[in-house]
Amino acid sequence: MKETVGTRGLILNEPFLWERGRRGRSGYSLPRRDVEPVPLPKDLAGEGPDFPDLSEVEVVRHYTRLSTWNYGVDSGMYPLGSCTMKYNPKTNERQASLPGFAGAHPLVPSELCQGALQLIYELEHYLAHVAGLEAATVQPSAGAQGELTGMLIFSAYHRDRGKPRTKILIPDTAHGTNPASAALCGFKAVPVETGPDGVLLPAAVEALMDDDTAGIMVTNPNTLGLFETHIQAIAAIVHAKDGLVYADGANMNAVMGVVDFGRAGVDVLHINLHKTFSTPHGGGGPGSGPVCVGKRLEPFLPAPRVVKTGEGYMLSEDFPQSIGKLHAFYGNFGIMVRAYSYILSMGPKLKDVSQHAVLNANYIKELLKDVYHLPFDVPCMHECVFTDKFLEKHKVTTLDVAKRLIDYGFHPPTIYFPLVVHGAIMIEPTESESKETIDQFVATMRAIAREAQEDPALLQQAPHKPKVRRMDETAAARKPCLRG
Amino acid sequence: MRYLSHTPEDLAAMLQVVGVKDLEELFRTIPEDCRRTAPLDLPEMTEWELNDHMARLADRMVSWADYKTFAGAGSYHHYIPEVTRYLLSRSEFVTAYTPYQPEISQGTLQGIFEYQTLVCRLLGMDVANASLYDGAMAVAEALLMAIRIGRRKKTVAVSTLVNPYYRKVVETYLAPTEFKVVWLPYRPDGTTDLSGLGAIEDLAGVAVQSPNFFGGIEDLAAAGKTIHDRDAIFITCFSEPLAYGILKAPGALDADIVCGEGQSLGIPQSFGGPGLGVFAAKQQYVRNLPGRLVGQTVDADGKRGFVLTLSTREQHIRREKATSNICSNQSLCAMAAGMYMAALGGTGFRELAQLNHDKAEYLKSALQAAGLEIPFASATFNEFVVKFPAGFDQKWQALLQRKILAGIPMVCYYPELADHYLLCVTETRSKDDMDALVKEVLA
Amino acid sequence: MKELSELNLPEDVRYTKDHEWARRKGETFQIGITDFAQDQLGDIVFVELPEPGDTFQSGDEFGTVESVKAVSELFMPLSGEVATVNAALEDSPELVNNAPYTDGWMLEIAASDPSEFDEMMDRGAYLEMLKGSQE
Repeated sequence: MKETVGTRGLILNEPFLWERGRRGRSGYSLPRRDVEPVPLPKDLAGEGPDFPDLSEVEVVRHYTRLSTWNYGVDSGMYPLGSCTMKYNPKTNERQASLPGFAGAHPLVPSELCQGALQLIYELEHYLAHVAGLEAATVQPSAGAQGELTGMLIFSAYHRDRGKPRTKILIPDTAHGTNPASAALCGFKAVPVETGPDGVLLPAAVEALMDDDTAGIMVTNPNTLGLFETHIQAIAAIVHAKDGLVYADGANMNAVMGVVDFGRAGVDVLHINLHKTFSTPHGGGGPGSGPVCVGKRLEPFLPAPRVVKTGEGYMLSEDFPQSIGKLHAFYGNFGIMVRAYSYILSMGPKLKDVSQHAVLNANYIKELLKDVYHLPFDVPCMHECVFTDKFLEKHKVTTLDVAKRLIDYGFHPPTIYFPLVVHGAIMIEPTESESKETIDQFVATMRAIAREAQEDPALLQQAPHKPKVRRMDETAAARKPCLRG
Repeated sequence: MRYLSHTPEDLAAMLQVVGVKDLEELFRTIPEDCRRTAPLDLPEMTEWELNDHMARLADRMVSWADYKTFAGAGSYHHYIPEVTRYLLSRSEFVTAYTPYQPEISQGTLQGIFEYQTLVCRLLGMDVANASLYDGAMAVAEALLMAIRIGRRKKTVAVSTLVNPYYRKVVETYLAPTEFKVVWLPYRPDGTTDLSGLGAIEDLAGVAVQSPNFFGGIEDLAAAGKTIHDRDAIFITCFSEPLAYGILKAPGALDADIVCGEGQSLGIPQSFGGPGLGVFAAKQQYVRNLPGRLVGQTVDADGKRGFVLTLSTREQHIRREKATSNICSNQSLCAMAAGMYMAALGGTGFRELAQLNHDKAEYLKSALQAAGLEIPFASATFNEFVVKFPAGFDQKWQALLQRKILAGIPMVCYYPELADHYLLCVTETRSKDDMDALVKEVLA
Repeated sequence: MKELSELNLPEDVRYTKDHEWARRKGETFQIGITDFAQDQLGDIVFVELPEPGDTFQSGDEFGTVESVKAVSELFMPLSGEVATVNAALEDSPELVNNAPYTDGWMLEIAASDPSEFDEMMDRGAYLEMLKGSQE
């Protein structure tokens, strides 16, 4: 490859904030003092924090330099499986920062926040519609909190039926938040083995489902990038013993406008707005994890909920069977504004999003399967999973491939997940990438496979070009230094 | 559509490589009975129509831009310097993923390491995490952490002066567990009554908020001693961290865990979210912490760098035995807080905190001088409770019509406190605003 | 990762299928993890151990050993009460990697049924087990 995307560049060093500044400098315009100072009682008064004093220029240079050390979706492709790193539309940022939204206190009377209440109401309606379910809550702050909400609903449902249950079935391909969320609810996670074709088999579920099992948590499409084709039969088995079906909707980007989760037998589904609905990842958050349910579970949704009245909208606490509250207010409203704007911008073209996402993943799968081991050579959804098996003989691992991709200007894919595939490389291009970018990615992966043969050390010591090389994570864990 | 780049030629070429005749065929593995029976029924707007639609929605909102708000109760109006808004909008911060590949995430990682450090310095604690969702969930996680540390102890105690919404979230988190919550009453001076602690068996931890929901500053030194005498974990929480610009840090008063809401630190109110769950603890409890942690280390060339560390506590490794189920945090909000604390500096932070306190004291004295009752005697920071004459609700509504939000009525949270209102004064309220409020209230 | 032939498998200890070892030391037994285990785990960053006085049955989980990206449970080879714990591992978990049978010992127990030791695998049986699982 003559000219790669990744190149050298002048990146500037920048010390810690507290290695800058001088006492008395300021980056802040203190508001006018128009009242007399009043001292605090002596036993309560403290020294105040030992923060550095910086000028505005120092603050600006500091964070501008830091930002240049980051790769973002705006820099280039992020083929991270199960993360859906799609483009974050800029108009969404504009809408979220409208003063009417950004400056709103959450506890004003309903008549004074009709705009926000309408937005929440409509967003819940749109999300339920896309999912094929009947009601929704946008209160959970992230996918994991959405899963907890789902588990709390399971718990409440079974208590209401008179018989609390203690177990949840969780496939071995599940994201770690699934068993963690179940455990928070006091459920014991019972693993279900995925079948040889990469999907769950009804017989495996049947063997485990009993009267003490609250239900099953499935991810569909699953973390191998495959649609759980037996979902209806599995749901029937679980429902037959009065269990519930929870779907982890992290991979919803594959199936919008195609799948009806209600018809598939799902009772509760969570969605990640920071994945499927384009809200930015922000370096790790904030996200938002709305939960959609079928009609019979609607009474258990968290409160308060926005209800329509004759004159408009209001917040109602009148839900006696509600599982309670997960957020101090109504959830990550600023994130909801972005997702709502995205839905209104796309409309029915959300189906095109899924179609292009699935096309892009299958395209990559076809063009790489001769150089990377493909454990499941079947049509995939929006992501495909390879392994490092063909590279073992050169002593090159999945990690080495990931680190070398960085030199070429791509963010690595998801690695070593799902756990059931040894050395997994999970690639999810999303619908945002053009054919040229994807062709460049494919060419890069092929070049790396060749390098594995010709010069393995180059990969084992990668990356070479970013600001820092591979980090000593062992030292970081043995002798943690978590503050300056 | 501008977010989708495939032209008909692109599609044709790619479909051929995949070996299917059209896009529909890509979904052939999906059974018929799992499919939608009708197309998506959603509005579709151009960028210009969206701008209009959202402007109309935003217009039907009251915000600080046009109302004089004297309301806090967990969401605070503070000025946000333009410099922090500008820096936070850099797309390398906004559109970056979680920093699992540290070599190309050093911006986020150093930024969060600095945030962790400044939080420790603000609260007087040894270690802070990379944030939780919000103050409410942070308190719930603190109690669960106290229970983990306490091993066999199954009860926690929480002051009724902790924000009522935080308490509801605590109830929700603890409901499916075997653990019990005991609610601690308050004293006539508006601080927590810990005298009943001795009677509680099996006590793993106690949570007290300071400044509390009434705005009162708790005697954390005494609380800490009482709680440690019972061999329980001492948790303090807050909804207004600016207070620690002038109050003694909880760490100096022997708090084991300090947590709360960081929205005041340069994050817009935004109708209640996203917020910032701040969480800090003593060094000895570090392996019990929930949430992500950024640590300092060196790279292969010996250069300083940062990584997410102590990951074995977390769900992606420990799964059902993780310290929490949390995955995403409030990373961008933590960056905003770091930028805000950097812009203010130590001197600015102290001055701003003092200004908040002094303005609130001015209003409190002015209302008292006008004959109104301040029912709770404890010292306060930038919030306090006023007992208005019976039937004040009508006047409160009338003030709203005149674009003045005169505090938050408390009776829905504390039924015994009819006609009590929680008022908040930050640096955004002028002396004239406050004089006008007093005049209106008396009229 | 070491080849089987490179593994250190001392004669003076007995082995379990979960890769722990035990060594008789007078009245007590010393316990740790094998060279195979530490090699598989990679750099060990933390070892979670019980307290002196804690009691266990053979096969009970008594602690965990952590590398950067993984956690493994530790299972007690013998029944008994914990007499001492290797405090050096708190600051130097790498001792388990560098000297798994000597300085990297984890704890010593007073066995309630010393005959359990005789039922553990000897070096030869453990090596056979490792060979079998590699096929």
